[in-house]
Amino acid sequence: MTMKNMKSLLALSIFAVAAFVIQGSVSAQQANNPKFNKMMKDGFRADGIAGLDRIDQDATQKFCSDPVFAGSKQGEKMREQIQKVNMNSIKQPSDGKYIGDWKKGEAIAQSGRGATWTDKADTPIGGGCYNCHQIDKKEISYGTIGPTLWNYGKLRGYSPEVITYTWNRVNNSKAYNACSNMPRFAHFKLLNEQQLQDVMALLLDPDSPVNQ
Amino acid sequence: MQRNFTLGLVSGLLVTLMSISSSSYAQNATDDIAKYREMIADGNPSELYEAAGEVLWQQPAGPKNASLEKCDLGLGPGVVKGAAAQLPRYFKDTNQVQDLESRLMTCMQKLQGRDPQEMIDAPFQKGPKKDMEAIVAYVVTLSKGDKIKVSTNHPKEKEMYELGKRAFFFQGGPMDFSCASCHGEDGKRIRLQDLPNITTQKGAALGWGYWPAYRVSSGQFWTMQQRLNDCYRQQRFPFPIYGSDLTVAISMYMAKNANGGIVETPGLKR
Repeated sequence: MTMKNMKSLLALSIFAVAAFVIQGSVSAQQANNPKFNKMMKDGFRADGIAGLDRIDQDATQKFCSDPVFAGSKQGEKMREQIQKVNMNSIKQPSDGKYIGDWKKGEAIAQSGRGATWTDKADTPIGGGCYNCHQIDKKEISYGTIGPTLWNYGKLRGYSPEVITYTWNRVNNSKAYNACSNMPRFAHFKLLNEQQLQDVMALLLDPDSPVNQ
Repeated sequence: MQRNFTLGLVSGLLVTLMSISSSSYAQNATDDIAKYREMIADGNPSELYEAAGEVLWQQPAGPKNASLEKCDLGLGPGVVKGAAAQLPRYFKDTNQVQDLESRLMTCMQKLQGRDPQEMIDAPFQKGPKKDMEAIVAYVVTLSKGDKIKVSTNHPKEKEMYELGKRAFFFQGGPMDFSCASCHGEDGKRIRLQDLPNITTQKGAALGWGYWPAYRVSSGQFWTMQQRLNDCYRQQRFPFPIYGSDLTVAISMYMAKNANGGIVETPGLKR
């Protein structure tokens, strides 16, 4: 056996052992920790619209707060279950209309405002889409946490399948990826049906600047 | 002097804004912001806060009419140089892990007889917090250039780090955000703002090492507590209580991850 082969064999076995150790240490979701709970409870106070109920986690938030478990083989079943719960919560548009006004959609995508303790209950909440996504190429100030959405419809087509998938995704991204970084806009009523239709238009109206 | 300084700042900003609007790519804009930062780095407005803080440190104040000169920030009573680089840490007298600001509240209470609750309740940039901000500027400047060296040897320090790590990944609020939503991956941005990955040494040093900082956009000096407070605001969480264990734990997680990095405080931020 050559020295090079020895080396790669060694590297491979170290990798295998490491993978085993990592897998082995992830057997369950992190245990309830009363000290941590108390620290969180004592660490915040309600301010305006931001009440203490905001740190009462639902099942999705709890699961995703433990990324090691959430991403592990052992977490797979729960991951699927969480996606299912989120998928089942999605409502298709009441008027059967998926595509609204892309100009309004662009304004919603631009605004990252709303829902903080310095906002009022009636402060319009933005979609904050450009915070994380490239959308219309003319806007150079875009974030990179999410994938680019430039030419979204042009690349994927405008089929009913694409339209339904996209509707579901902007309503509740966790239906496809349990721990997606994207907020659940419909679930938490961040955007209403009309606004979601307008955001859809930005992505899927052939006339939208996104698809030029 | 003050006027010249402000003028310089304004014209620097104008030049930068003009070059930002003329560039066609996001990367250029990021580069321009870096250039702008370089341009005004020689005159970080934090210096004004520092100078005020030094006076506040030495001046007798509070019901006990005493100065803070005997305050123990971890390296012994009165030692300010290098102290901030090793915070948060465990303090025997309070039997607590404390960050700079919670420790300063202890000193103000013990030495000067000031009520910490007044400090906790005061809004940032106002009343007693104004004093705190100046004193923080003074203290952190005396660690500039030092290596970040935070210990988790004491069981309470180790525990605080673990609690902070858990808090860092804790999702909540109507947008499901945690600190990790923005600061858990390399090379990400919100709009044009680069986001350090605080789970890595390099990223943590970029975050922890540059705050407290003077914020050009608000024209204010922000302590780490205010930085964390605004992060939680944008996370759509409720209001984090000033100096709470939660805020110290998050700081401990950041600081320990940043170990070996350089203290660049007070930083200069957009």
